Amino acid sequence: MSGLILTTALTLSKIFLTLAMAAVAFRILRGPRAQDRVIGMDALYVNAMLLLLVFGIGSGTTLYFEVALAIGLLGFVTTVAMAKFLMRGEVIE
Amino acid sequence: MSKIEDLPLWAAILISALLVTGSGLALIGSIGLLRFKTFYERVHAPTLGTTMGLFTILAASMLYFSLTQTRAVVHEVLIGIFVTTTTPVTFMLLVQATLYRDRFEGSDPLSGLSAEQPRSGTPDDANSSATPRKTTGS
Repeated sequence: MSGLILTTALTLSKIFLTLAMAAVAFRILRGPRAQDRVIGMDALYVNAMLLLLVFGIGSGTTLYFEVALAIGLLGFVTTVAMAKFLMRGEVIE
Repeated sequence: MSKIEDLPLWAAILISALLVTGSGLALIGSIGLLRFKTFYERVHAPTLGTTMGLFTILAASMLYFSLTQTRAVVHEVLIGIFVTTTTPVTFMLLVQATLYRDRFEGSDPLSGLSAEQPRSGTPDDANSSATPRKTTGS
């Protein structure tokens, strides 16, 4: 019984997060300017991180957690570099 | 090594509710990112997923691994602390860059929002601005 509830919730939240990633990807494709695409990429990696956490709960191993942590670290650096590039025209001055 | 069937019923219901809430919030935030009209409105939408959505999914993960491995697993707090501290920094930098770009192109999005323009038509200003004009005229 508890397995059925948990499996259903896992599937439902995977579907939700996939739809969220699709919406964000559509914003990246359609975004009228560069900053819209950058914020879409930021939301995309956050959604991917959440999806990896859900995969980790589903599989029962903690390997996915470390991948999610790496995605969080790298996504922050990427978005800050993009914002700095939009501001100044170069990343490392 | 799936231990899903060994979970008690209340834990399964609690984890399921947390998971569906978190992913639903992330979905709502992403749809908001898709549907808002201007960039400055769009910045607000994904923070639904990065605050409450992240917290609920992390709580579900902590609860699940603490119950199945019979010891407290608190690695997820790392992700929570890191994302909570870095998301505002990221969005502030991005909005700053966007404001700079908009002002560089001549359209200031904050120009219509200032509540009180400093009044320039006070009598002292009129007198002080009128007298030099007379002196320069004569």
